[in-house]
Amino acid sequence: MSQWPFVIAAYSAAILLTVGLVAWAYMSMRRAEAAADEIGRK
Amino acid sequence: MHAFANPTRFLRIAKPATSWLLLVGLAFAVAGTIAGLTLTPPDYLQGETVRILYIHVPSAWLGMAGWLGIAAASISQLVWRHPLAAVAGRASAPAGATFAAICLITGSIWGRPTWGTWWEWDGRLTSMLVLFFLYLGYIALSSAERERGGEGRIAAIYGLVGAINLPIIHYSVLWWRTLHQGESIGLTGSSIDNSLLWPLPLTMIGFTCLFGAAVLMRIRAELAETKVEARMRRMSR
Repeated sequence: MSQWPFVIAAYSAAILLTVGLVAWAYMSMRRAEAAADEIGRK
Repeated sequence: MHAFANPTRFLRIAKPATSWLLLVGLAFAVAGTIAGLTLTPPDYLQGETVRILYIHVPSAWLGMAGWLGIAAASISQLVWRHPLAAVAGRASAPAGATFAAICLITGSIWGRPTWGTWWEWDGRLTSMLVLFFLYLGYIALSSAERERGGEGRIAAIYGLVGAINLPIIHYSVLWWRTLHQGESIGLTGSSIDNSLLWPLPLTMIGFTCLFGAAVLMRIRAELAETKVEARMRRMSR
């Protein structure tokens, strides 16, 4: 049984979830700060 | 700690810190991942699957560190009424839950070729799964409290009670006979050979910085949302 598919699957899951977390946190921060700037200008 | 109670003062430090944590985290995580996949030898017993170590160990540490952050924020909120404590607790939960999930998934994938099973209800695996569900509960509870305009005291108490699970996770491999191996990396040294161990500090630093960046970004998002909500309330009067 080749072991590489297990290694690749584990790394793929870890990278996908980490990138997803950082991207979600970044997008929500940008959206919220843009809304705060917008309302601050009004 | 109360020096950072003022959101303006906090943001003056948090804004540059977010970028630095992202950059340093990305550099170390990529370097550690490449080193772990290509530059280390296979283990004499586990073969290539030992490479899962470089992502599994940091995710286990961060899954637990996230709840440690929630517990510290809960104490700060309940005892000193720190105004940013509830925000910090809520911001730590999604990052902690994500890394607890990564730990469970990578552990399960590692278990199949090593133990011959995807899952075993042993002390370490079960207590880590409990931690993941505790995160889900905390996210639901703290969000509901925030929507109702509460101070987040119930979530803070839940955060403190949930911290009981942390020593259970840590000592589970000593307290019960488990499939999961015992502690191989301690404060005084490691039983893993240096030829295999050296990329681990790189991924530990890298993923920890990315975790820190995600928490800071969530705190900044919540502070901005609070600002918008306060302004909307004033405008509607």
